[in-house]
Amino acid sequence: MRKLIALLAFTTAYLSAPGAALAQDSKVLRIVPHSNLAILDPIWTTAYMSRNHGYMIYDTLFGTDENSQVKPQMVDTWTVSPDKKVWNFKLRSGLAFHDGKPVTGEDVVASLNRWGKRDAMGVALMGFVDKLEATGADAFRMTLKEPCGFVLEALGKPSSNVPFIMQKRIAETDAFKQIEEHIGSGPYVFVREEFKPGDKAVYVRNAKYVPRKEAPSGSTGGKQVFVERVEWNLALRDAQAQVNALAKGEIDILEQPSFPLIPGLKANPDVVVYSYSPVPLQYMARFNHLHKPFDNPKVRQAALAAFAQEPFLQAQVGVKELYRTCDSMFTCGTPYASSFGTEIQSKSNMKKAQELLKASGYDGTPVVLMKPTDLAAIDKLPDVAAQLMRQAGFKVDLQAMDWQTLVGRRAKKDAPDKGGWNMFLTAWQGPDIWNPIANATMDTRGEASGWFGWGKDDKILELRNLFMRETDDGKRKKLAEAIQARAFEVATHAPLGEFDAPLAARKSVTGHFRGTGNFYWNVKKN
Amino acid sequence: MLNFVLRRLLATIPVLLIVAVLVFLMLRLAPGDPAAILAGDAASTEQIARIRTNLGLDRPIVVQFGIWAGNMLAGDLGESFYYKMKVVKLIGQRLEPTLALATFTILFAVLVSVPLGVVAAWRFGGWFDRALMGFSVLGFSIPVFVLAYILIYLVSLKLGLLPVQGYQRIGDGFWPFFRHLILPSVTLSVIYIALIARVTRASVLEALGEDYIRTARAKGLPEFRVLVRHGLANAAVPIVTVIGIGIALLIGGVVVTESVYAIPGLGRLTVDAVLARDFPTIQGVILFFSFVYVLLNLLIDLSYVFLDPRIRY
Repeated sequence: MRKLIALLAFTTAYLSAPGAALAQDSKVLRIVPHSNLAILDPIWTTAYMSRNHGYMIYDTLFGTDENSQVKPQMVDTWTVSPDKKVWNFKLRSGLAFHDGKPVTGEDVVASLNRWGKRDAMGVALMGFVDKLEATGADAFRMTLKEPCGFVLEALGKPSSNVPFIMQKRIAETDAFKQIEEHIGSGPYVFVREEFKPGDKAVYVRNAKYVPRKEAPSGSTGGKQVFVERVEWNLALRDAQAQVNALAKGEIDILEQPSFPLIPGLKANPDVVVYSYSPVPLQYMARFNHLHKPFDNPKVRQAALAAFAQEPFLQAQVGVKELYRTCDSMFTCGTPYASSFGTEIQSKSNMKKAQELLKASGYDGTPVVLMKPTDLAAIDKLPDVAAQLMRQAGFKVDLQAMDWQTLVGRRAKKDAPDKGGWNMFLTAWQGPDIWNPIANATMDTRGEASGWFGWGKDDKILELRNLFMRETDDGKRKKLAEAIQARAFEVATHAPLGEFDAPLAARKSVTGHFRGTGNFYWNVKKN
Repeated sequence: MLNFVLRRLLATIPVLLIVAVLVFLMLRLAPGDPAAILAGDAASTEQIARIRTNLGLDRPIVVQFGIWAGNMLAGDLGESFYYKMKVVKLIGQRLEPTLALATFTILFAVLVSVPLGVVAAWRFGGWFDRALMGFSVLGFSIPVFVLAYILIYLVSLKLGLLPVQGYQRIGDGFWPFFRHLILPSVTLSVIYIALIARVTRASVLEALGEDYIRTARAKGLPEFRVLVRHGLANAAVPIVTVIGIGIALLIGGVVVTESVYAIPGLGRLTVDAVLARDFPTIQGVILFFSFVYVLLNLLIDLSYVFLDPRIRY
């Protein structure tokens, strides 16, 4: 019996001893990101995981701090000519790529040219650019055809697609083909040999990185690295398993815990849950402007009037302190947010929605509403939308499908009964919709171009063009208000409220700061 | 015998061809657009169209199939749309975790279930037999993820004995490798223990009623020998068949276990590929699974020769 007890004790001790690879190494930061990392080219796709990968290994010319102010990052100094058409930039000294080569003006030019073919703001900016040239080893010049009010805003944009600076030879890759090499000048070096899609991505500290002197804030400031290695666990995607792993200390940071599991995490004394982003995310209902019934702006207005935000937020988020209503189409709490023109939704009620629908001449055409069943982050929104629309008098055909089917289907311009659609719901990170250029719904060029739903409105386009050209902040604000008022008038889409997606971390992890993305510099592990 | 093996191997060719055509067509007819998925949320329709062209998805299906079939015959399963890696390399990366999980699971299941089944047959109608039958009903009924969460809560979180999740490659050392596989294997093996134990019990029970068992006992052989040498040996064919089918099902059926325990195996690869409409990867993985099934069936058939001398090919 004593032998048996001894054997059991030995086995218990042996089993509970941590494995060598799991040794609690304070130099290794183990993170479960919000999704899988598949595409390693942050210019080729707008996927947030690719953007976050970009922030690990690349640096940017400018960044946006937690107060939404653009600040220099790789750029040291810059000047603007009195006619605001010639911009000269000088890079900081000591900037070098991971292979040791210095960052040059030519690298910047090639990187911006590639980004300018893919990103909405980049495309808009390049429309103004007459000439982009290197003017020295560490300098470049941007000459504009006419003054433009968003040069720094575009260069410092914090979300997809971020104008990351790559080596010239890599940045010269066709913008519609993915890059093959991943050499940046950012705070971490990507370990290509250890990258296993669906398993893990590994980054090591870039020992040669020279951080700025300023404190980190948003995507700006000193990118100090205090860990030797960051491991993204791409295999751990079960929500409960993620929480279990964090509770046991097998991971250090969980980027996006599931909302229902947050109260349990908050009760854990070893875990801290907090909102890292100064700007929230926003839910949105998008109408297809090409087909009945939403080709009629009055019908869209009726839907807008029916969509009180609170029911959506309650159903989807549920945790009161994590959500709030926001009338603005531009992220609340950011410079262009306002309540101009929002009355149709903010002062809406079901009676008004019913009246508007009746007055619109709606003929009972069913609304094909796509519901993703496998995306927990938004899967409850369509049910609420369907219920509210039915109450308003719409006929709704709620079609369940997986998210990727929805993604494929929403790109189709066919009629809803031929494989197309009428409406879907989604969520945006704040920086992606916080001004009229970045906000894809404000690109109202119609079927010829623009974002899914293909809204067409010449007045918005005209105001948007004025906004792009305006260099005075006050006037830009007025133009943004006018754009929003018009967007509500023609009901381009329906904002459905805002929410925070907090991260959860072990208390041993410190040094987080507020920013508009998942940034892993300045983080310490004790 | 050699002729039989050769014939069976040759027979895999039309099977794989039919699978290839069916999978190819089904994927092309299924809803979803890989280009739209790859482009991301904020992409415009023009950008998606450019990506579709780059992937060759704008070509006629016949042309796409011709290119893919040609590459496949040359041993190239293509490149993943999603990961930009060779499908063969992706499968290679994911094979070890799935094989390890399947091997440990089936080993554990066989080591536990066969003795249980034999004892249950030997003590037919007794409390042990009834308890085993009750357990097997429970084993069949309890969902894998429920069992996984219960085991994780008790063994990992409360007792702190084993890791909650993850996989360590065998190259990183046997102990970390083994330690990470204990809970997933135990979780996954329960249903197989239930299945194999029932089949073993039924087969051995049938064998124990045969004349040669009575003769063996009459000769005065020890009961253990009677059970193993005469009972179990003669009941082996159905047991081995079930084990073989179990292995085949395991290879492709480990998705839930791999998800809950964060094991980067072939099951997860398949699910991710399906969700991303990563056609080359789905096609490659399904072809690989088909080949494994055919091979396992062949091995099971060959094992009959050794288990039952009356069987000849």
